[in-house]
Amino acid sequence: MASELPPFDLAKTARFLMRHGHPAKLGMKYRGHGADWAELELPWRADLVGQVESEILASGPIISMLDMASGMSIWAKHETFAPVATLDLRVDYQRPARERSPVIGRAECFRLTKSAAFVRGFAHDGNPEDTVATMSGTFMAIEMDPLIVWQ
Amino acid sequence: MSGSNSPVLTAYAESLGIRVFGEEDGAPVLAFEFGGDVEGRPQHLHGGAISGLLETAGYALLQRELEKRDRKHRLKPINITVQFLSPGKQKTTYAKARITKLGSRNANIAIEAWQDDRDRPIATATINILMGEPDS
Repeated sequence: MASELPPFDLAKTARFLMRHGHPAKLGMKYRGHGADWAELELPWRADLVGQVESEILASGPIISMLDMASGMSIWAKHETFAPVATLDLRVDYQRPARERSPVIGRAECFRLTKSAAFVRGFAHDGNPEDTVATMSGTFMAIEMDPLIVWQ
Repeated sequence: MSGSNSPVLTAYAESLGIRVFGEEDGAPVLAFEFGGDVEGRPQHLHGGAISGLLETAGYALLQRELEKRDRKHRLKPINITVQFLSPGKQKTTYAKARITKLGSRNANIAIEAWQDDRDRPIATATINILMGEPDS
């Protein structure tokens, strides 16, 4: 009987990633994923405010969250941890998030080719129909670094 | 650097360690150091952190240009498009903006981020900003 790797567990991988580096600094949280999508949440925090004399989250952390959710949506569709690099990311801001409100970011990998992944996403602060931002991104596959094992 | 020209950085920018490094062609050069707070995949900058630096450099220049003209506006970000050109390494990263258009109601700003080699940017961005009436 051939030995098999354990099935790829995106929730576990996501929770690991959220404990390290930039996502941890921003306090990103994993909310869920499906066959081709992933959802994260960014808390409201005083040190993530983007304008002097306001309590609105900066746009930078929203870009970070959508970029991160995009990578996860690609792994979800790929059903493995395939390292990807962002080539191009566009974020359109419809309106500021509400003051002191956390922001939820969801990305969907709608097309995956051998070398590229195409992702769309959006961010909202409670009502997914009333978006704070929409996103479109293109990603490419990169070589797996053998030193990195996400388990 | 003259103090009066120093851009006021946001809480978010300061929490990423973004600082005013200097001045070039009349534009502030912002920078941050590599560290855990801006790390994505191990030993590389997170794309979101690079985007944050680019965006901050864009706003820093726009604020300065508006102040020079005694203009007060409420700035509304419309969009940002970021091109990632090379992986961000464990080095200081710099960013500087150039205003492509400064109109009465909108601005279009191009920003570059680089590490060792000024002529080989690691990322570029374009941002569009609407400029409304100041808050009353």
